[in-house]
Amino acid sequence: MADLRIDRLNKSYGTAHVLSDIGLSIDNGEFVVLVGPSGCGKSTLLRMIAGLDAPTSGDIRIGGKLVNALAPAERKIAMVFQSYALYPHMDVRKNMTFGLKFTGVKPVERERRVAEAARMLRLEALLGRYPRDLSGGQRQRVAIGRAIVREPDVFLFDEPLSNLDAALRVSTRVEIARLHRLLGATMVYVTHDQIEAMTLADRIVVMNHGRIEQVGKPLELYYSPADLFVAGFIGSPAMNFFPAEVESIEDGSARIAGDSIAPFVLPAGTLKPGAAVTIGVRPEHLTPAAEGDFATAGVVELVERLGEASYAHVRRADDKMTVAEIRGRRTPPPGERVQLSAPAADIHVFDADGRRVTTGP
Amino acid sequence: MVKQRFQIFGVHAILIAYCALALGPILLVVMNSFKTRNAIFGAPLAPPTATTFSLIGYMKVFNASHIGTYFMNSLIVTVVSMVLVLLFGAMAAWALTEYKFRGSTALALFLSIGIMVPIRLGSVAILTMMREADLNDTLTALILVYIAQGLPLSIFILSEFIQQIPRDLRDAARCDGVPETRIFFEVIAPLLRPAIATVAVFTIVPIWNDLWFPLILTSSDSTHTITLGVQQFLGQYITDWNSVLAALSMAILPVVAIYVVFSRQLISGLTAGAVK
Repeated sequence: MADLRIDRLNKSYGTAHVLSDIGLSIDNGEFVVLVGPSGCGKSTLLRMIAGLDAPTSGDIRIGGKLVNALAPAERKIAMVFQSYALYPHMDVRKNMTFGLKFTGVKPVERERRVAEAARMLRLEALLGRYPRDLSGGQRQRVAIGRAIVREPDVFLFDEPLSNLDAALRVSTRVEIARLHRLLGATMVYVTHDQIEAMTLADRIVVMNHGRIEQVGKPLELYYSPADLFVAGFIGSPAMNFFPAEVESIEDGSARIAGDSIAPFVLPAGTLKPGAAVTIGVRPEHLTPAAEGDFATAGVVELVERLGEASYAHVRRADDKMTVAEIRGRRTPPPGERVQLSAPAADIHVFDADGRRVTTGP
Repeated sequence: MVKQRFQIFGVHAILIAYCALALGPILLVVMNSFKTRNAIFGAPLAPPTATTFSLIGYMKVFNASHIGTYFMNSLIVTVVSMVLVLLFGAMAAWALTEYKFRGSTALALFLSIGIMVPIRLGSVAILTMMREADLNDTLTALILVYIAQGLPLSIFILSEFIQQIPRDLRDAARCDGVPETRIFFEVIAPLLRPAIATVAVFTIVPIWNDLWFPLILTSSDSTHTITLGVQQFLGQYITDWNSVLAALSMAILPVVAIYVVFSRQLISGLTAGAVK
């Protein structure tokens, strides 16, 4: 068990900066998810923690020890790969024990660990099989088992569920969460799937263009995204954005207006008169009602029915699309004009640079 | 339907013709090795019959010559060269694809020159070199030359195969704490078996059949290989065809045997299940 500290980490290939000034502190036993669009550098960061890639500059400490110059095996980490990376010519038992031979674990101890991991992951019946005879989910469980038997300080997961089908993804996700509770180990998990991030993480690290955009608890990111990128990335369907302007400020209240929204008043906070802002409202906070602190309108173009809710895609005055979640059995038919509104508490305001503006007291 | 049937027929006709062309001479050698001298010249294309059947060639070869020594020499030279070509080839291919070091690209290019330039161009230099190293008329000289001859192509083929082995597999082994040499011998090498079988066949056949280097590098009976040994039956004035054909027939056998052994390894698909 150990904590993980990353300090001003940089990685560049020639002139291309893959990671810029990454600083991150992960506590012992914490489950941290690195999330971001493909190419944001999250896998590179994980590979550098593992020791598979060398950083251009910066420090990585595991359990207080500087590990920059250590080989992967000396860092007391274990990694689970997206492609499982099982040794194809070894059976499940051998796959799990192969690495232990070289780290000085005695045969009796090896057997004990394999038995325990197999019990934990329900692999007992598969120990004699070869990877080619296993299903995708079983293979991934073997890969996780191979990580467990190493008894590492830090577990690293590189998109472990991406190759599984939807149903298996959900059950394996639950399995990983259960495992984290059971082992209490520090885990770093890379994914591009925000549902995995939201459900598994103690803290989420949102990355974009090789930088950390925001670090926070899942609901913190959901309720107070630091910038437009995080706001748009976390939540599905994505947050709706409306360009607007601060018309005036009177008695601590800002009057905000835009092409596609009805003028409304917010506590001014740090807003300045005449400033261009972006208003963000999540689809699930928009309700079809004429009354509300925030209001917009448009023509329904398409309705997606999921059962527990429907998503209405509405074309608004500035010709952009807005998505609203509609609960209940009645959904507006395409072509109908609808009024959508949201309470002031669910409105996010971002300044011209895309940073969140704190409004209200 | 009809067109398809014609196409299949056409393809098979071509394949059968090629097969006949390739196997014909071999069949002729084997058939005639079991015939009397008169029958060989009288009806060279006829198979041996009860009256023309004779083992005289084989008897002469076994009694009158050092055929056992020649065979053994060929076997030693071929097997040792093959093992070393595969070992060094795979190791070099691994190093050149997996590790980037100063001059690795230049080294790879240098090695690929070996594929393009025939080693026989260097015969005179090789002969001088071997004489100065006091290796003239030894099997070691032949083995060294054949390793040099086989390495470039084997490195080239094995590099291609190593590149196809998923990167994650090596990374997983590194995270597992497997030392680099063990990664090569216990993770990578077992997955290279189909490639190694291919390279083995490519390496063995030219070495076994080679006449040139035994001719210039060996001079005594104790170091002759089978292909060179056969030459002693071919005289300037008289050629003992019975013996030549019998010796050649026997020389074919090991190559066929080795091919049969390795062809089972040629089956690929060993990596199935490693990654999705």
